[in-house]
Amino acid sequence: MSVVVKLSNVHKSFGPLKVLDGVSFEVARGEVVAVIGQSGSGKSTALRCINALETIQQGSIEVCGHAVHDEKLDKRKLRLDVGIVFQSYNLFPHLTAEQNIMLAPTCVKALGKKAARDIARDCLARVGLSEKADHYPEQLSGGQQQRVAIARSLAMQPKVMLFDEVTSALDPQLTGEVLKVMEDLARGGMTMILVTHEMAFARKVASQVVYMNKGKVWETGPGSMLDAPTTPELRDFVGSGL
Amino acid sequence: MPSFGLVHLEFLAIAAFWTIGLSAVAFIGGGMLGFVIALMRVSPSRLVRGIAITYVQVVQGTPLLILLFLIYFGLAIIGFDQLPAIIAAGIGLTIYSSGFLGEIWRGCIESVPKTQWEAAECLAMTRWQRMTRVILPQALRIATAPTVGFLVQIVKNTSLASVVGFVELAQAGKLINNSIFQPFMVFVTVAVFYFIICFPLSAWSRGLERRLNVGRR
Repeated sequence: MSVVVKLSNVHKSFGPLKVLDGVSFEVARGEVVAVIGQSGSGKSTALRCINALETIQQGSIEVCGHAVHDEKLDKRKLRLDVGIVFQSYNLFPHLTAEQNIMLAPTCVKALGKKAARDIARDCLARVGLSEKADHYPEQLSGGQQQRVAIARSLAMQPKVMLFDEVTSALDPQLTGEVLKVMEDLARGGMTMILVTHEMAFARKVASQVVYMNKGKVWETGPGSMLDAPTTPELRDFVGSGL
Repeated sequence: MPSFGLVHLEFLAIAAFWTIGLSAVAFIGGGMLGFVIALMRVSPSRLVRGIAITYVQVVQGTPLLILLFLIYFGLAIIGFDQLPAIIAAGIGLTIYSSGFLGEIWRGCIESVPKTQWEAAECLAMTRWQRMTRVILPQALRIATAPTVGFLVQIVKNTSLASVVGFVELAQAGKLINNSIFQPFMVFVTVAVFYFIICFPLSAWSRGLERRLNVGRR
């Protein structure tokens, strides 16, 4: 299987605070990788580094052939290959769900209105929100907004999708509907990296779980690793999480 | 001595049109220049930001009265000594308005959450696309009320244009008072004229704010 995302010995500090301390992991095409860990363990930062939202001080990150650590990186080309969904949805409040999805295909890929609308309709159908096309974000529930955000990212046909604690702001029921969409995506062969606190979901869907602690990759393995942690830190973390 | 009559009212009405005209010049000119200043203020380039900050500081730190004097007499020195008063007053008020509108709009642009920039950036949109398609439409909503509020300030500040010989509402009032000497009557009438111009603006601002916000919040 070809490697799509590769982090090698990544170091990152915010001032004196060391957030990533030699992080390395690989993601192959079609894989679903769940990054778990306590708040402050550096997992969200690692995800943001993959999309060049943060710069790293040392190490290398390769994403779909882009050298993300390189200063000469063309960020726009990188972002054509990588989609990201945020915890706070970040939909554009002045646009309807459909317009939110159409925006990037029309202005970045220069698609016509009709082609973009077809894509938007298709993506909305994939997240089960066809009937909400003309709703503005604040007319939607948190779960629906997050599904629109996923559809917006999908519309750009990324090769990798990043999910940054996308269900952390949602109640259990809304979390369920968002996770279902993500599970469908995973089954459809999308390469996904998700930072999550949903242990059950990680165990069920992830092909690889990366447990981060103190800015390091502490333990990594298949979903079943969560049932039999080898390090005491992961045992504590899983124990307190469930 | 003649008392306040229809002829004076007519004179004030004509002067009111000059006030409105000068306000329009100041608002349109100041708006265009102010928009450029606002964009410069949020530029990624330090130099560009620095130029805009300096401009704003100088304009905001200079009394409009002095600014008008400087332009009227300054332009005369470099050869424009036959300059019509409306041009000098128009330039002065344009510069004045641009300094304030630029800052007001910068604040509106910056009050759009950073995460909106980020989301647009992650969709591979260029800086210009992010600005025009995502940030400015949202900033526009926030900007409406303070912008129209400042428009009212412009209308009232046009009264200072009298110092360069421009006959607008306040100057017309002074001229009438010089001939009939009924200051209270005359200036109450002048105040009413200002109110008639400014009130619809304030009402419009409130209306716009309601229309742009309801159902979107």
